[in-house]
Amino acid sequence: MQVTSPQFKKHTRAALANPHLQQALGNVRAGFIDKRKKAVDALPEFDQLRDSARDIKNHMLDHLDLYLEAYEAKVRASGGYVHWAETAEEARAIILDICRSAGARTVTKGKSMITEEIELNDFLQKNGIRPVETDLGEYIIQLRGEHPSHIIAPAVHLTKDQVEADFRRVHDHLPPTRDLTEHESLLYEARRVLRPAYFDADVGITGANFLVAETGTSIIVTNEGNGDLTQILPKVHVVVASIEKIVPTLEDAAQIMRVLARSATGQEMSVYTTMSTGPRRPGDPDGPEDYHVVLIDNGRSAMLGTEFQDMLRCIRCGACMNHCPVYHSVGGHAYGSVYPGPMGAVLTPSLAGLAKSGHLPNASTFCGRCESVCPMRIPLPKMMRHWREREFERGLNPATQRTGLKLWAMFARRPALYRFATSVAVPLLSMFGRRTGRFRHLPLAGGWTRYRDFPAPEGRTFMQQLSERDAVTMQGAK
Amino acid sequence: MTTQAKKPPRVGLFVTCLVDLFRPSVGFAALRLLEDAGCVVEVPRTQTCCGQPAYNSGDRADSREIAINTIRAFEDYDYIVAPSGSCAGMLKKHYPGLFAGDREWEARCAAFSAKVHELVSFLTDVLQAKTVAARVETSVTYHDSCSGLRELGIQHQPRQLLGSVGGLSLIEMQEADVCCGFGGTFCVKYPEISNAIVGKKIGNIAATGAETLLAGDLGCLMNMAGKLKREGSRVEVRHVAEVLAGMTDTPPIGGRA
Repeated sequence: MQVTSPQFKKHTRAALANPHLQQALGNVRAGFIDKRKKAVDALPEFDQLRDSARDIKNHMLDHLDLYLEAYEAKVRASGGYVHWAETAEEARAIILDICRSAGARTVTKGKSMITEEIELNDFLQKNGIRPVETDLGEYIIQLRGEHPSHIIAPAVHLTKDQVEADFRRVHDHLPPTRDLTEHESLLYEARRVLRPAYFDADVGITGANFLVAETGTSIIVTNEGNGDLTQILPKVHVVVASIEKIVPTLEDAAQIMRVLARSATGQEMSVYTTMSTGPRRPGDPDGPEDYHVVLIDNGRSAMLGTEFQDMLRCIRCGACMNHCPVYHSVGGHAYGSVYPGPMGAVLTPSLAGLAKSGHLPNASTFCGRCESVCPMRIPLPKMMRHWREREFERGLNPATQRTGLKLWAMFARRPALYRFATSVAVPLLSMFGRRTGRFRHLPLAGGWTRYRDFPAPEGRTFMQQLSERDAVTMQGAK
Repeated sequence: MTTQAKKPPRVGLFVTCLVDLFRPSVGFAALRLLEDAGCVVEVPRTQTCCGQPAYNSGDRADSREIAINTIRAFEDYDYIVAPSGSCAGMLKKHYPGLFAGDREWEARCAAFSAKVHELVSFLTDVLQAKTVAARVETSVTYHDSCSGLRELGIQHQPRQLLGSVGGLSLIEMQEADVCCGFGGTFCVKYPEISNAIVGKKIGNIAATGAETLLAGDLGCLMNMAGKLKREGSRVEVRHVAEVLAGMTDTPPIGGRA
């Protein structure tokens, strides 16, 4: 997985100065936060469902090997193929092999983050196969040659005007009078282009929201129906999924679905929930001739048994980023990873290495809003802190930061020294700031004073004042 | 017939480093509120900081040493009270994890952490205070600091007590429960992002038209006050304890003496 996270600071400055992005990010509140809240408030047992969803995935992770094997056996029994890929490279090679065997020149794709993670589109293109994204958001960013900025709303960083301009540029046969300002009219136009692609495609590739061990079924949830057409119309259906998508039973999948759509889009259910189990059987009205599942590890199994195991419960609803003040400010691309926001800040270092992605777990105020909305009760701030611990242990954070911290800690660990130093420094600082009660500039505090005044101390420290007050009281008592 | 007077609770006040150094008024307001509520309050002089700067920077060894210093200073009190949701959250929710596997300190820390409370919720939830005696003529808006809100469930308590302050009106801001962008060292490590977040926050504050901004955590207050001042706002910023104790004679945070 390629990351550009080392340039996080540069990206954030550009993002903050981008008026289109800032306008688009303004829609997140009404589009996601308010809708989620309404859906959650309407379901009194929502928190119990979260507990149950967490327990299901915890149980699965404790027995992942057994459930994976059970799942594989069921897929094979239903006539499908299962391929195991330890790395992204292996996964790409397997998928290319399947496409070549099918003689594929065009593949349609349902929305899938794992195929972003393994950078499948570029790879297929380089090998002469045209990947066509069929989800509207993915279609838009494919027109723009971009990557998703959000795990469920890939084009959330764009304004309507930008999208309209992209459609006019690419769909250049449209008369200028044709309205392209509404979601429906864009969808209609995209569908017109995509319909033939569904029939051209020799292979349809989808991700999976769940893989059901009990039945060998893969499940996707979508709102546009594009996933169904992607997996039903071509001769070959390839499901690409990471290993932690397994759930033991259909009942378990149904349980987790009750928190998934509510957390993601504020819907009770997504519009389409599509289950596929193996290829078309004799007598089936439709379905692919061949059904493949590519199971990808790509770093997940190394998270098992570590303090990051809980991250493998993630169902990719996006609620954490929808509620993150940092994500709201800079958008998803700034993170420089396929997975942005709080979940990405935990997952990216696991997948791409901490050395390249150290900014991500640091760029959090630890406000805890992500954890408070996570349907799987993943302790995201705690795990970001664990990454900071690893970073500190390995000496990866900047030397100035480490020195400053160590100096401060030297005082904080020694009360007498601390008391003495603060009783000298604080009154002095207070004196300098007396005139206005604040500082516009302060040496060594440029990070603060570039944008904010720094409030001056009131006067002597509380401890100094208290000691004097107590001395006076004791004298009075004599 | 006599009733045996209940022994007043002995409270150790964890002042917090920011209050000690920058805003002693909050410490004195906390003393008054606790003493008026019938507590015997002491301030152990060996306290320094709760250790969050080290803890949130991944430095567990220093965090642990600082935690040991705090626990030693406070473990004999009936209650440990801090005028900060963030520091109280550190003492109550995060200290125990620092001692996992160390049987002696695990037990000592568990006993300590169980007695830790944030000031305002201590008054309402433990001491069952319904009102305060203060009178402050002002309109206020209240920001919910993140740790207090999400780690300790502090939301209705300050509003309940503020409702009893004579002459005071509370105007709620939009997104009162959204972070102000302080985040401890975050605000200096990522100043541009922090600035964008606090910029939205002061927009919401200004939109209320309230004269005074209150919150329960000095870090957030200094951040918001600093931004308000830089933008030329006349909103006065104070810790909620100052208003609840009726101690508003001192200049506001970042204001002129």
